[in-house]
Amino acid sequence: MKEMGKDGGGYMADVRLTELVRSSGCNAKLPPGDLHDVLGSLPLASDPRLFGGYEKSDDACVYDLGDGRVLIETVDFFPPMVDDPFTFGEIAAANALSDIYAMGGSPDVALSLMCFPSCLDLSVMRSIMLGAMEKAKEAGCVIAGGHTISDREPKFGLSVTAIENKDSVWTNSGAMEGDCLVLTKRLGVGVMMTAHKGGETEATDAIESMRILNKRARDIARGLTVHAATDVTGFSLLGHAYEMADGSDATACISLSSLSFFPEAPELARFGFLPEGRYTNEDYLCDKVMFAPQVEKVYKDLLFSPETSGGLLLAMPEKDAALFIDEFGEPARVIGHIERKSGSRVIVSC
Amino acid sequence: MVEIDCRGLSCPEPVIRTKKALKDNADGLDVIVDDRAARENVPRYAEAAGFKASVQEEGDGWRVKIRK
Repeated sequence: MKEMGKDGGGYMADVRLTELVRSSGCNAKLPPGDLHDVLGSLPLASDPRLFGGYEKSDDACVYDLGDGRVLIETVDFFPPMVDDPFTFGEIAAANALSDIYAMGGSPDVALSLMCFPSCLDLSVMRSIMLGAMEKAKEAGCVIAGGHTISDREPKFGLSVTAIENKDSVWTNSGAMEGDCLVLTKRLGVGVMMTAHKGGETEATDAIESMRILNKRARDIARGLTVHAATDVTGFSLLGHAYEMADGSDATACISLSSLSFFPEAPELARFGFLPEGRYTNEDYLCDKVMFAPQVEKVYKDLLFSPETSGGLLLAMPEKDAALFIDEFGEPARVIGHIERKSGSRVIVSC
Repeated sequence: MVEIDCRGLSCPEPVIRTKKALKDNADGLDVIVDDRAARENVPRYAEAAGFKASVQEEGDGWRVKIRK
């Protein structure tokens, strides 16, 4: 194989990927309010083979193949939040594959989407792809091809397809009163990576967490009763809990003391290392979430902040939640429960 | 009062520049921002670092006044 860009002619040497981008990871998502305004103005395509369609805010679309099976399809891509291209490829792949796990599926085949600056050495592109292929292999999924365009800011992600039995798909809208809410990863990625971009922390724990596939969480939960599932990404824990509660016509109650954050995250949040998405998420969610008066500002900041490649959020009966936690271990936690619908869709207590 | 211009910068850059500038200006300084996250984050940094902060609208952005 030809060595690419080895002499560095015309390429940037020792480039920091994160310096090329304005926002990164799931923080680069369009604000949820803006997205819903556009989607709400579109003539909705109705097709009986399409479950849910645009009107449900689920993690992936589900298409009925008519033979008892469904296609689960998702696409996710974003600018880098880390400088190492291989790690960025791993994180982008883990994040995209997660939408399939959040639907209870097992990813089968993927296509890559790459936006790549002409100023970068092609070995950077190769490393991003190798990182993604490593994660796809771990997921049992094959990257079959993709599309690459030239762009000023690098971006990468995958479109992923899974084929599943129709009756085994999870949605984010079946949570029932009395269910426990289980979250399988720590919180605070958005804050950690904002501080990392500013050189304030190595963020080793947050980077490691983003690299982890939600495969094991999905596999363990498959053997248990799951009423609703989603993954926690750019719309923050509160945003994704809201979508689950709204879709289930219920209220999600989250207990702050049960949440697990990366140890440095609260202090970094207090010092203002907050991603822009923290504010746009609050714009969208402020009338949907109620905080107990004792909840400190720093925790509101953390809970509105986008996560990237976050954990699965599962609504399960209490005994299944206990079995899940026993088998999965740390950092999975029961973080709250589902109640009958009340004034707010999400309630955060201390 | 020393003034630093953080217009056109996205977070965390305004916070990082404020942090650096406060090291040389222990009595405080003014930070001019035009990004909404910076308007929120710069006062958070100042207060966490033991200063008082207030925000006023100015032009198309805001002036964050940081005082001891």
